[in-house]
Amino acid sequence: MSASTRKRPLGLIAGLVLTGLLLAVALLSLVWTPASPTKMQILLKLKPPLVAGLLGTDQYGRDIASLLMVGAWNSLSIAFLSVLIGAGVGTALGLACAIKRAGIFATLVLRGCDVLFAIPPILSAMMLGAFIGPGRFTAIIAIGVFMIPVFTRIAFAAASRIWARDYIMAARACGKGAARISIEHVAPNIATPILVQVTIQLGLAILTEAGLSFLGLGLPPPAPTWGRMLAEAQTFLRPAPWLALLPGLAIALSVLGFNLIGDGFRDLLDPKAETGR
Amino acid sequence: MIGLVLRRLAGLVLTLVAVSALIFAVMNILPGDAAAIMLGTSASEDTLAALRSELGLDRPVVWRYLAWIAGALHGDFGRSYTYGVPVSELIGERLSLTLPLAGIALVLSVLVSVPLGVAAAARRRGIIDGLATLFAQMSVAMPAFWVAILLIILFSVQGGWLPAGGFPGWQVGFWPALKALILPSVALALPQAGVLTRVTRGAVLDVMHEDFARTARAKGISRRVTLWRHVLPNAAGPIVTVLGLQFTFLVAGAVLIENVFSLPGLGRLAYQALAQRDIVVMQAVVLLLSGLVIVVNFLVDLLQMRLDPRLRATPA
Amino acid sequence: MKIPGLVLSLALAISSLTAPAEAAPRTDIVLGMGIEPAGLDPTIAAPVAIGQVTWQNVFEGLVTIDRDGKIRPQLAESWEISPDGLTYTFKLRQNVAFHDGSAFDSGVAKAALDRARGAQSVNPQKRFFEAVASIDTPDPQTLVLHLSRPAGSLLYWLGWPSSVIVHPKTADSNKTEPVGTGPFVFDRWVKGDRVELKRNPNYWDKSANIALDKAVFRFIADPQAQSAALVSGDVDAFPEFGAPELMSSFESDDRLTTAIGNTELKVVAGMNNAQKPFTDKRVREALMRALDRTTIIDGAWSALGTPIGSHYTPNDRAYVDLTNVYPYDPEKAKSLLKEAGYGDGLSFTIKVPQMSYATRTAEIMQTMFAEVGVTLAIEPTEFPAKWVQDVFKNRDYDMTIVAHAEPMDIDIYARDPYYFNYRNTAFDVVMTKVEATADPAEQDKLYVEAQKILAEDVPALFLFVMPKLGVWDRKLQGLWVNEPIPSNVLSEVHWQE
Repeated sequence: MSASTRKRPLGLIAGLVLTGLLLAVALLSLVWTPASPTKMQILLKLKPPLVAGLLGTDQYGRDIASLLMVGAWNSLSIAFLSVLIGAGVGTALGLACAIKRAGIFATLVLRGCDVLFAIPPILSAMMLGAFIGPGRFTAIIAIGVFMIPVFTRIAFAAASRIWARDYIMAARACGKGAARISIEHVAPNIATPILVQVTIQLGLAILTEAGLSFLGLGLPPPAPTWGRMLAEAQTFLRPAPWLALLPGLAIALSVLGFNLIGDGFRDLLDPKAETGR
Repeated sequence: MIGLVLRRLAGLVLTLVAVSALIFAVMNILPGDAAAIMLGTSASEDTLAALRSELGLDRPVVWRYLAWIAGALHGDFGRSYTYGVPVSELIGERLSLTLPLAGIALVLSVLVSVPLGVAAAARRRGIIDGLATLFAQMSVAMPAFWVAILLIILFSVQGGWLPAGGFPGWQVGFWPALKALILPSVALALPQAGVLTRVTRGAVLDVMHEDFARTARAKGISRRVTLWRHVLPNAAGPIVTVLGLQFTFLVAGAVLIENVFSLPGLGRLAYQALAQRDIVVMQAVVLLLSGLVIVVNFLVDLLQMRLDPRLRATPA
Repeated sequence: MKIPGLVLSLALAISSLTAPAEAAPRTDIVLGMGIEPAGLDPTIAAPVAIGQVTWQNVFEGLVTIDRDGKIRPQLAESWEISPDGLTYTFKLRQNVAFHDGSAFDSGVAKAALDRARGAQSVNPQKRFFEAVASIDTPDPQTLVLHLSRPAGSLLYWLGWPSSVIVHPKTADSNKTEPVGTGPFVFDRWVKGDRVELKRNPNYWDKSANIALDKAVFRFIADPQAQSAALVSGDVDAFPEFGAPELMSSFESDDRLTTAIGNTELKVVAGMNNAQKPFTDKRVREALMRALDRTTIIDGAWSALGTPIGSHYTPNDRAYVDLTNVYPYDPEKAKSLLKEAGYGDGLSFTIKVPQMSYATRTAEIMQTMFAEVGVTLAIEPTEFPAKWVQDVFKNRDYDMTIVAHAEPMDIDIYARDPYYFNYRNTAFDVVMTKVEATADPAEQDKLYVEAQKILAEDVPALFLFVMPKLGVWDRKLQGLWVNEPIPSNVLSEVHWQE
């Protein structure tokens, strides 16, 4: 049977719709929310969905729909910035390592990646959180740093293949410097795997941010985050189980959106490698 | 072959040393003082100084690192500041929970994902394939701690069938102890199962297109037998690799899951040790966890060489 | 018409047959705690969880503190204080033995106190013994403390967990294997999970009716799991249940009973009094008036908890309710701020530990302050490590919020250094007088004065006392409802069928 039967990229479309919705909600939250996400009405606390507000109220009587909307912005902005750091630094390192594959620099960087890879990210984030205190900056750095090795390895592997090509030899012969070749010839040719990885890492960044917030290492209150909403919901599972359902659903759908886009991209760009990680 | 293994082993030791130095450095520049935490807010300066010297905290950092390494080589990881017992004893007790937890989660995820992945690949674009893909996508996207909370709502708060947390210890009997681990291990296994389902499906599909699989079918061997006897063993390489890579996530997930279920495992120990600035415990735990990750990855490499028929065929 | 009589006598006969089996009450208890103790020696580390397992169960002091907060004799059966308050003569009990068989006498008591006050001491409350100049042991049953200055609270302090009597032989191993004189003997500690105690068959106090043979302390941090353990019967009692919002769920359970009492945990928002704008009393008063304590307790702790107007709890001797000194009045708060020159607004940061009472209260304070034009930025600060470093030690903060756990610690506002950076000579004088007199009535008067000074000067925003949320099996008797000192005293606990 033939593997190249055409199929419509349903997953990609679903992913784009989900992520588009998420982006729209996040951007909308900057200018409008149904209610103020910080306004407490203790008398209206722990009301189920539709009784008070669209999605109910939390333990302080705040509107959950509004909290989730602002949470979307917080979650997305941290995810984007940390992946930007990870992809930027990681790709640069990978490109640099590919210039001289067995050099001291490359060996040190790749070994460093091994070390970073070996420490479970949640533990290093915990230590980092204890070090600089929780906050937006901590979250972005902790997640970003953890992303670096992935991009370094991918960029290194892809760039190494490019360096072996004829036209690079030609460029070399023209007397172009290694740095210039990296930027002009190598970087554009490794953009595809990096981009695919970026979408996948975005989903992972949202998950990690939620985990950090869940442990109290994310954004400080009153900034709403999905992870902290889940953590706080834990003691209200009996009287108000919806508190724990909605933020989790928001996280899962966002991650799903990015993953579907990542897979769809990969299928489109490289039809043979239809599955895999 | 042996040379390669030896070189990988040397790299492994080097990585471990680097990890230990990194952890030690980080733990020592963290703000917070174990002595001040233990003695509370009424302690005077001279009392704090007395405790610091008792714990050896007044010695230079480098001296403490070297002393720690020297001890570790003899299997002595020092004494916990807060518990006052040897760290190795403390870790041993906690491993009796974390290892079974991770083990059950691993077994569960393999039991679910491998048959599902194979079935999905067997009838590509069929209903099972669609369901498997949906399952894989959803379970990868759901945060494990949310799954944990959902399980608690369903099985403890509403149903009352399984404990919402805590661990009675193995001494109360196998079944009550195992019961306490069911929900945590399911929560831990789910994301792994998602990843593994996708990988299994992909690997099986790849192998199915190879010549020997087609030959087997052409010889009249049934589809089922071809799949399980011929295709799956050859697809095991990528599955095992991913299993190893996922180990990091399993360990990291355990830290969160143990906190959700308040299980006295290694992850919770690390969490508490960090809060108490119990440096000795923290560095031993992190070293152990990262050591495990490194060693498992190493073993996966070796196993992969054995499993992959092409690698096996090449002379050493 | 004789049938009912027959039925009755039959029923009686049956019940008398089965009664012995039913009536034999249980002699074991599983008691839940939210926090595992760090070591089991209260004389070398501060966490209250240590005392909550060991104090009065394993370890005993010269004196003890009862459920009403009163001082009672224990290892010392009586004492005399010289009129100048400088000599304390204790008559010690005879025939008291430690769990390992070692005898208790004045030499042991002296060694224990010397260990607590010596140069090498790591006792968290070493300051208790500062006034003690020397200790004499004229005979095995007599212990004499010579003081360099009067210390009116010394006797009370000797009842604390950090002042228990340990034997010099076992002092160093008490951290992992505590050996005391109490009614229960340490059995084992499964770290991260439980501590098991068993009855001391040779307990010295034959008049004490110890009903339990075995006591297990289980450590369950998550309130959801605590609740599940109670409902399933895995745990018989949670004297300090972790989540007020779950208390109402026990009402429908016929097997359990709840008891809401007071603790010594004073939730107080401390301010850096040496730093603007908190140097201005008008600002402090305005901030106090901007807060509605009832709503705070409602939102942060499910309306369980008692509002306070000073650094003092209803458990404490000579308590006066001072919540009406500066009641909730946002208009007055605004005008005070305006008067102080902050009519256009004021903003500062609060360093908040991660405990839920603190984060919730801070979030509500943030909203209430906003109504009077004060912008409060919340900075999560890891407790204890970073909080102790930043707030307590370096005093690098504007405002913070924490529950002060130590009983009768109103003197912290006279301590220098202390993180409030508060200086008030009038208050210092009152605190000195408390120590200078040994007359309880005089001391009570002084404590009232001290409470009033603080309530009016508001060096910190006094919010509420955390409730002691007790949940236990209906048949269980003898647990403390209030908590004048953090503890889980088991000596009077018994099952009643």
